Amino acid sequence: MKGIQLDLISEDKLDGMTSMEKVRLILDEVRNGKILVLEKGLTPSEQNKLIELTMTEIAPDDFSGIEIESYPVKHNDNILSKLLGKTTLKTRLTVIGPASQLKTIKKDRDLISALVSP
Amino acid sequence: MGIIKSLKMNFTWFKKFFKKKRARIGIYGPPNAGKTTLANRIIRDWTGDAMGSVSAIPHETRRARRREGVTIDSNGSSVTLDIIDTPGLATKIDFHDFMAFGMTEEESKRRAKEATEGVIEAVKWLDDLDGVILVMDATEDPYTQVNVTVIGNMEARKLPLLIAANKIDLPTSSPARIHSAFPQHPLVPISALEGQNIDMLYKEIADHFG
Repeated sequence: MKGIQLDLISEDKLDGMTSMEKVRLILDEVRNGKILVLEKGLTPSEQNKLIELTMTEIAPDDFSGIEIESYPVKHNDNILSKLLGKTTLKTRLTVIGPASQLKTIKKDRDLISALVSP
Repeated sequence: MGIIKSLKMNFTWFKKFFKKKRARIGIYGPPNAGKTTLANRIIRDWTGDAMGSVSAIPHETRRARRREGVTIDSNGSSVTLDIIDTPGLATKIDFHDFMAFGMTEEESKRRAKEATEGVIEAVKWLDDLDGVILVMDATEDPYTQVNVTVIGNMEARKLPLLIAANKIDLPTSSPARIHSAFPQHPLVPISALEGQNIDMLYKEIADHFG
């Protein structure tokens, strides 16, 4: 059976990885033509690393980059964290794939609609 | 009186000594959102000069440009900034997109290579900024990954961010759509090209980055 491989990576697996491991895994898998769905998403600094590394790997007629879509981060500002002055950011579900195969059709705060082509 | 005067003088000296360095403000956004058009308008209005060339072809700005010591006066507030016009952020760059604008394959590949370097430069600059003006194209969907990434970065660093909802001179623009997407940040609907609401933007810049 032919098709596009879709890997759904759990929050637990992502929590056990360093930032560089996550970025490397994403780029390697996407360059192999896979679409990844990350349950937890990437922190803003991990997104920066991913963009930087993607740019270094772009090559004419070989790899034109990635399509990445994530929901905006949520602020985890419960009473305790407010009292301690520490509001943390909660990253959310993220879809990543080769720019040549994944195209976002529509996105809003709680919906990502994308088209995958072979 | 002498003691008070002396205290006042010392306080002034104290303030000068500990005065925060002037803020470095980056102008960010996706390609073709109007970042350089806005940078040019700001620099022209307050220094009489210009920042860089603009074009309908994406990734016209492929090197970050810094203009130091731009003083903006608005409604009695004054702020002096270093303004950095950054290349458009993107996660994909395909040289074929440039060929669609009539560029040769060789020119397109060179532009694509320079554009990738420009994106890296823009990302690196995020570490050295005190605030960001995020230019969004008000005719486009606001939930782009570039917008989400820049906003996420500023929120994680707890740095001020001002959204310039650009291109309101176009009939399909909708600054309200951007506001409903990111209500936690101040927004000014502008046309950097025609200068609409630009005084309102200067007031917000003076208030937020001063």
